[in-house]
Amino acid sequence: MKPPPFEYHAPTTLDEACSLLASLEEAKVLAGGQSLIPLLNFRLARPRHLLDINRVAGLDRIYERDGGIAVEALGRQAAVEDSDLVARVCPLLGEAVRLVAHRVIRNRGTVCGSLAHADPASELPAVLLALGGHVIAQSARGKRTIAADQLFRGVFETALETDEMVVEAWFPASPQPFAILEESRRHGDFALAGVVRADTRLALFGVGSTPVLADRSDATRGLQPSGDLEATPDFRLHLVRVLTEKAFAA
Amino acid sequence: MKVNEVEYPAPADARRLLSDHLRHDLGLTGTHVGCEHGVCGCCTVLLDGNPVRSCLMLAVQAEGHELTTVEGLARSGAPLHPVQQAFHETHGLQCGFCTPGFVMSVVGLLAQHPQPTAQQIEEGIAGNLCRCTGYASIRRAVTRAVELSK
Amino acid sequence: MTTRWFGAPVQRVEDDRLLRGRGRFTDDIGEGALECCFVRSPHAHARITSIDVNEARAMPGVAAVYTAADLPFGGLDLPLLIPHPNLTHGRTQRCLASEIVRYAGEAVAFIVAESRYLAEDAADLVQVEYEPLPVVITPEAAARAEHLVHDDVPGNVAAEMVQEVGDVDEALAEAPHRKRLRYRYERGAASPMEGRAVWASWSDADRKLTVYDSTQSPTSIRGGLAVLFGLPESNVEVIAPDVGGGFGPKIMLFYPDELLVPYAAMQLGRPVKWTEDRQEHFTAVNQERGQVHEVEVGFDDEGRVLALDDDFIHDGGAYTPYGIILPIITAAQVPGPYRIANYRVRFRDLYTNATPTSPYRGAGRPHACFVMERTLDAIASELGIDRIEVRRRNLIKQDQFPYDVGVAWQDGNAVVYDSGDYPALLERAVAMLGPKPNGDNIGMGIGVYVEGTGVGPYEGAHVQVLVSGKVVAATGIPSQGQAHATVWAQVVADELGVDVKDVEITSGDTRRFPWGVGTFASRGAVTAGNAMHVAARMVAGKAKQIAADHLEANPADLELAGGRVRVKGSPDRGIPLAAVAVLSNPMRYAFGGGTEAATQFASKARPGPPLHEGEQPGLEATGYYSPPGSTWASGCHAAYVRVDPKTFRLEILKYVVVHDCGRVINPLVLQGQIEGGVAQGIGGAFYERLAYDSDGQLRNASFMEFLIPYATEIPPIEIDHIETPSPLNPLGVKGAGEAGVIPVGAVIGSAIADALGVPVAEMPLSPLKLYELATSRP
Repeated sequence: MKPPPFEYHAPTTLDEACSLLASLEEAKVLAGGQSLIPLLNFRLARPRHLLDINRVAGLDRIYERDGGIAVEALGRQAAVEDSDLVARVCPLLGEAVRLVAHRVIRNRGTVCGSLAHADPASELPAVLLALGGHVIAQSARGKRTIAADQLFRGVFETALETDEMVVEAWFPASPQPFAILEESRRHGDFALAGVVRADTRLALFGVGSTPVLADRSDATRGLQPSGDLEATPDFRLHLVRVLTEKAFAA
Repeated sequence: MKVNEVEYPAPADARRLLSDHLRHDLGLTGTHVGCEHGVCGCCTVLLDGNPVRSCLMLAVQAEGHELTTVEGLARSGAPLHPVQQAFHETHGLQCGFCTPGFVMSVVGLLAQHPQPTAQQIEEGIAGNLCRCTGYASIRRAVTRAVELSK
Repeated sequence: MTTRWFGAPVQRVEDDRLLRGRGRFTDDIGEGALECCFVRSPHAHARITSIDVNEARAMPGVAAVYTAADLPFGGLDLPLLIPHPNLTHGRTQRCLASEIVRYAGEAVAFIVAESRYLAEDAADLVQVEYEPLPVVITPEAAARAEHLVHDDVPGNVAAEMVQEVGDVDEALAEAPHRKRLRYRYERGAASPMEGRAVWASWSDADRKLTVYDSTQSPTSIRGGLAVLFGLPESNVEVIAPDVGGGFGPKIMLFYPDELLVPYAAMQLGRPVKWTEDRQEHFTAVNQERGQVHEVEVGFDDEGRVLALDDDFIHDGGAYTPYGIILPIITAAQVPGPYRIANYRVRFRDLYTNATPTSPYRGAGRPHACFVMERTLDAIASELGIDRIEVRRRNLIKQDQFPYDVGVAWQDGNAVVYDSGDYPALLERAVAMLGPKPNGDNIGMGIGVYVEGTGVGPYEGAHVQVLVSGKVVAATGIPSQGQAHATVWAQVVADELGVDVKDVEITSGDTRRFPWGVGTFASRGAVTAGNAMHVAARMVAGKAKQIAADHLEANPADLELAGGRVRVKGSPDRGIPLAAVAVLSNPMRYAFGGGTEAATQFASKARPGPPLHEGEQPGLEATGYYSPPGSTWASGCHAAYVRVDPKTFRLEILKYVVVHDCGRVINPLVLQGQIEGGVAQGIGGAFYERLAYDSDGQLRNASFMEFLIPYATEIPPIEIDHIETPSPLNPLGVKGAGEAGVIPVGAVIGSAIADALGVPVAEMPLSPLKLYELATSRP
């Protein structure tokens, strides 16, 4: 379980990072590395180039923008967890991030990395979707905003082009009431199924190839979750119904 | 990079994991490797004071940073660090393989929460696996470490 | 003896270096060693049609690539460790497969390189072509035998064994009530936090092979390597340094690496090291627990068991290197603490295309306990009698010891319980558990068990008092965290009247003690503990003899205390143990450390030659202990759980343990053993399951998917003890290593069944299984 060979790049500016990303083939962006490095160690990912953005200065801000919370590419999950600003403006995000793995992982893991990785069972993509947030993608060609409902395309797949990286995620202020509920086997594990409520909006995770928006009155309509060792499709649908009911209970 | 307050030259090979670099290049074998996918926590070290998994970092990424491994908590011959002492007193270790990772996690926990609640203790040790103790004595160790740290 | 270390909660002497990061695990040893990796079969059953290692061999940084064809022992089957007359079709694998692979993970090629990184790169270049063969993966499929794992093993049956006590058919025919039940236990994995590792170095000049191995049995590894390489045993040194947990699978030998690493070191003339990674640990290290039981029980109106007929199949895996110990233990332990006058057990040990099996903490007992306890629950339910009451009515009474169960034990002897008080265990546990908490979906579970511990054949120990007065002692069996260095120091310190801190224990290093068996079967305290006691007592006797000459006293009037040998009743009249150690070795030369006192012109003349006939120099002795039979520990666990009826999340509200392992050497260490065992049991009951698909692929070969509980999943555990000393050994001790784990499946299963009102007949459970049980309820 050792990473395969790759060429390592550690740009110090965003421009440098973008131009490398534009010029390199089969490159992977390394931010927190808490999902990518296990994949390297298992040799399930074999990028030719690894683009480590951790040396890019001033890319770790967590700040208030347009009434919501912006988290830059190197904003660690632990920093979001500890942020008073997040607790005030978007407590849903603060609560959700505590469900991501364990503190030691969150010390390194980034919010933007979690969104770009797009694990359908992870919490933050569903939070972004429930809140109707967006990410800002940057490349050598420029910046663009990708809305949450456009971002997630499939299991580990996003609308990002190969030369683009997420430089910022923006979460609107969480409305009242809100909730994030999930069922996982152990504390900190990926969810068998989870729901995010932002007032009347409902997003589900762990029940499809991407997080999905759902209607609380018929949360499982159209869902075709896959089965795995810990949950059959049927059990997942059952959990969605149970969790949705809980999330909307007075 | 600085490890336990000693400056070391940059690692040569970009793909070398920080855990391997510490253990096999610097000879700091107190940091253990139990899974190499970030779940067991045996390889936990402090990066600029915060506990991280050294198996989920490349050694080159630690350039310019300060690391503390279990060897850095108490100098040779000096008394044990309060967290180490607490593990001893409460029989918080058996085979000792997961122990350095737990100790570093608890050092990180107490830095963040010097007076942790029961739930903070639970969550603070919940990212590390132990196959020997059943965790009961590790919970006792954290409580004892709080007392010893006063 | 004035200080009594035995029984005291002595804090561990091994902690300091482990806490400082100065432990010495196998992978910590030997910088500069070549590093290795395996090419393993991705198929569960396939014919190898070609292996091409040329590209890998040519890769820079690669020192060697071995396939079976490259090994002088490549055509030999690895040893079948414990043959048995009923194991009619024993099969073992070869070091590296060259024709057929029979489980995913079976080793095919071995690569030695300058680093593990390069070795893995080279492994990517090895081309192996396979022709897949039909896969047999569950014990049920193995029994159907539509396909064979080994062409020459009909029905996939490695072994079959039937034992009967009384007349089961007649007793069943006459029983007022009969019930048929079926139970299923799935595979789990021990998963010590340290995987396996082997380091070897060969000195051509000394013709000496040195091996560090994270094994539970260095003495056996040494014996085997000496045979394989044609070396005298004295030229092979095997050391189990700090071992990061064992729990059974590290008693298995030989894993292929245990031969290949020493062989490569000898061939290449450089130290060689292989350290297993977690992924390969999941498929290459032995597993356990897969069994299916078909039970028929006959019982009377009061719930007393009149007859029990158990026919079970055991998932042996692809090979039987460890014999049929597991199903033998299960067969012997199904009756547990209960009187069952008519008991028949038949088992078939079946081959499957999965990793071989050998003992994992509990070793056949958790299944046995689950079968018996669930059956008692079924009887209680059928008759409408309280579950605790049914147990009360069936337990062996205190005046029935020694109790002969009438079946065979793993060592071939009869299962005879030496001592115990099972009713007391039950009543204490019930009292500790207290009344059921208020609330919905709360269930109670209870289980009583026995555990055969301290199995032979023997262990030995060497104890020596140094001229400094410090004591060193060694035994052949290694520690994997059981605090050997502390508890044996307690045993030795008591006999020699010294402080426990002045006793330094070495275990598992053949350089210090070359004989013995291994650390398994909860046997360390019984076998090596008593050997330490025997050897230390011999040293004490010798010290008294020497001191008696010096003090001109009768040895019978002397005692060892406070680091001195002194006259009982007049403690001022004595001699330091250090001085006795000096006197024990008649000297010609003085070289400091007080040795001048023993030179020929210094000591008081004693008639005759300085060393009398039969005397040996040195204040040391080697002693052995060979148990006449197993000692039988016992216990009772009980729990309250709550299960969320919608999410099926499990919450363990209270878990109590009452345990009896005879006399307790160190309560602190014992508590740790039990707490850890229960946690492993909870893992095995609700979280950990090795999930093979129908192609024989293990689908959860990582810690992300094989769910070892974190602290958040393990509740506090309340423990109490009773002590019924074993009459079989001088210390009166019984083993305690496996006790914590044995009844947990039965207890949690029973509690969940009680909480949800669902039938529980399988292990492990999970929210998904409970959901399915709840929704399929009629």
